[in-house]
Amino acid sequence: MAQPIELILVRHLASTLSIPIFLVDGQGTLVFYNEAAEPLLGHRFDETGEMPFDDWTSAYAVRDESGRLVGVDELPLVRVLRGRRPVHDRIDITGMDGAVRTLEVSAFPLEGHGEQLLGAAALFWESAAGAE
Amino acid sequence: MRVRLWGTRGSVASPGPDTVRYGGNTACVEVRTDGALIVLDAGTGIRPLGAQLRDYSGRIDLLLSHLHLDHIQGLGFFEPCFRPDVELHIWGPASATADLGERLSRYLSPPLFPVRLRDLGSHVLLHDVPHEPFTVGDAVVRGVPVIHPGPTVGYRIEDASGSMAYLPDHEPALGAPAFPLAPAWTSGHDLAAGVDVLLHDSQYTTAEYPARVGWGHSSTEQAWAFAAQAEVGRLVTFHHDPSHDDQELDALVAQLQGRDGLDVIAGTEGLELTVQAR
Repeated sequence: MAQPIELILVRHLASTLSIPIFLVDGQGTLVFYNEAAEPLLGHRFDETGEMPFDDWTSAYAVRDESGRLVGVDELPLVRVLRGRRPVHDRIDITGMDGAVRTLEVSAFPLEGHGEQLLGAAALFWESAAGAE
Repeated sequence: MRVRLWGTRGSVASPGPDTVRYGGNTACVEVRTDGALIVLDAGTGIRPLGAQLRDYSGRIDLLLSHLHLDHIQGLGFFEPCFRPDVELHIWGPASATADLGERLSRYLSPPLFPVRLRDLGSHVLLHDVPHEPFTVGDAVVRGVPVIHPGPTVGYRIEDASGSMAYLPDHEPALGAPAFPLAPAWTSGHDLAAGVDVLLHDSQYTTAEYPARVGWGHSSTEQAWAFAAQAEVGRLVTFHHDPSHDDQELDALVAQLQGRDGLDVIAGTEGLELTVQAR
């Protein structure tokens, strides 16, 4: 089953950008992440391929600015999928390589005509831990 | 299913001695099944089709791929539009900003055209192409958004005898790091997968394409790659560039014919095809 063109175009755009981008479909499956995002996961996309919702949401530890572990329902992309509203957040993430990174995340829903929820995309900026 | 091409040119009508064999009229394709008369797009090729339908009464389904002028310019010259014994269903891609009637009326109203859409004499019914397949007579039609500037759909039509797909304006290679990517990441693949006949945008030469990336069209090589990946029975090149004369089109199609066993022919005005399942 082909992806909708909105996801195809976002994937193509992401593949040309140097900031990390994650792309999930309407069911929450991680369908693409670009080269810039690969260090965050510790794997190349060509190696992992798509990742089911339960796999990618449990692949790394995420903490908020106070150091509290963030549950699956509070992850930016999950909030976007469920609330269908943009989310901006700052999180600490422990990647598969064991490194802790502080990231700013902007995530937004991808809606097609007829208010179809086609998926969501998240852009990440790495910043110094604790920096404003 | 029987198909007749009434206009195969892209962008703008280009009649003249240099285009006399393949034709200069813009997009229009007649599709007949046992229970339906479907017209794909209303480019200038729809005018002679309308003349042939002078004695026709009943339902006509006009499926618009999008509303660029080369796909609607002939609508006001389609004789059945003005006949009260015709029920004209016009289908087009949905837009987030205006309904189909409002968008068509930008052209079908003064000063661009003397007659308003609402004043056409036939019984006109407008439909946004739904997300789900729909039926027209005994045909099942599926319209899916494809890559082209502005809301644009491609169509797949199936009946008991066979299947065809129509993607006249389509740039599936846009932004793809390599083309084609996997089928799931190729615009329009599901529409074309396994069809007996595919009419596909083939506007540019390979040399022309790099200067026209993002314009919404394909090269003949990209059309071939798309068709080969979709494993279609026959590729009919379509939406010929207005600057390409008959000899250039001969050469472009000759390069593709028979490659890897794929049957390729040039979309030619007046060409009739019988679509049969392989």
